[in-house]
Amino acid sequence: MPEHHPPGREISLRVNGRAYTATVEDRFSLADFLRQNLGLTGTHLGCEHGVCGACTVLVDGHAVRGCLMLAVQAEGSEVLTVEGLADTDGNLNPLQQAFMDHHGLQCGFCTPGILMTLTVYLRDHPDCDETDLREALSGNICRCTGYETIVQAALSVVRAQRNEVSE
Amino acid sequence: MKPAPFQYHRVTDLSEATALLAGLENVRLLSGGQSLMPMMNLRYVAVDHLIDLNPVAELSGIEIEDTQVRMGAMTRQRTVLDSDALAARAPIFREALAFVGHIQTRNRGTIGGSLAHMDPAAELMGLAALLNARITVARHDAERDVAIADYVRGYMTPDIEPDEVLASVMFDLWPAGHGWDFREFAQRHGDFAIVGVGTLLDLADDGRVARAALVLIGVDEGPVRLFDVETMLAGEKPTEALFRAAGDMAAKRDMSEDALVSADYRKHLTSVLVERSLAQSCRRAKEGGNA
Repeated sequence: MPEHHPPGREISLRVNGRAYTATVEDRFSLADFLRQNLGLTGTHLGCEHGVCGACTVLVDGHAVRGCLMLAVQAEGSEVLTVEGLADTDGNLNPLQQAFMDHHGLQCGFCTPGILMTLTVYLRDHPDCDETDLREALSGNICRCTGYETIVQAALSVVRAQRNEVSE
Repeated sequence: MKPAPFQYHRVTDLSEATALLAGLENVRLLSGGQSLMPMMNLRYVAVDHLIDLNPVAELSGIEIEDTQVRMGAMTRQRTVLDSDALAARAPIFREALAFVGHIQTRNRGTIGGSLAHMDPAAELMGLAALLNARITVARHDAERDVAIADYVRGYMTPDIEPDEVLASVMFDLWPAGHGWDFREFAQRHGDFAIVGVGTLLDLADDGRVARAALVLIGVDEGPVRLFDVETMLAGEKPTEALFRAAGDMAAKRDMSEDALVSADYRKHLTSVLVERSLAQSCRRAKEGGNA
């Protein structure tokens, strides 16, 4: 390999249910790969050192920092990003709709990461309360909302899930 | 920022990792990446080679024995937090791990990665000191065990040579019925603790303290076991006054100082947290602890 070509390799993975094979530089983060190689710019990069949570995506069903995982490490993985939440006709899923109904976002920069964190948290903790949700959200920074409307949106989803179960 | 270019190496067993490590210059091992990747993104660290230990299955797992538990270095923090079998024998792990970063970082972050990175406020280093950990490090032709007391060489400097890999760690388990507590004070949940305290307490049949263990994190280069306080507590009747005296004694040592937090404030937090932590451990021991 000529010296001016940075080291890279071919990876295969699934993103939002679709199979991709692409060549990526070794040093590329998963978040950069999603944005630049696949054009999935819904995943945002804020701090790029694991503090803000804007880049949160699901890898094999677990919420991770997209800026702290290399794209080459996602070889063979199943990745879910914010683009994978709405259905193919563009209808928002219940969590996204709740954010809209409760004004759970203002500028929207942190929203994709928060949606991905809550997607897996509400799946795993259907009986969570407000305190649990605030702790679950501690790894995502929002500078607009003060978190109140985000928590209200998430709680409305918890209530709706409960009603479905009891019906 | 983005990391400087490097060559990525994917290995699938420990011997492959140690062989590669022995033959490369300016190389780092990648475990969970929750500390190393930020340092590389900020270019505090620039490597030529990165060896990814994540595919090495033999480095993952929790093995609970009669009096000790071994964890592979690549065991995820989430896995330790979620282990009901471990929580039944050593509930302090679950209480302490909840303070490690956030959900997203615990999903990737590993036990060995935290011990190798050795942040002064690392909860896992605190547990290692509290539970007399022995750390196994491997090189291409040999392996050795390091007692936690010998492991800390200085600020963020563990006793691991450049050609060695932290492979696993063994923690002592306390008998059933012991009391436990882990708490810390930080500016925000998930931040590094200004001071953290872990305590374990075993009560004798007559209600006196049979054995106590205490550790502080965030106050020095590494975790600080409070052997003097442990000796003072042994054989005493557990009372509020005793725990207050223990808190005062714990605070009588030099503590680190930084731009935001004075040593005096750390001492104040130490005395308060130690007293409360012992009271909680005692309460739990009286309730039958983890039995």
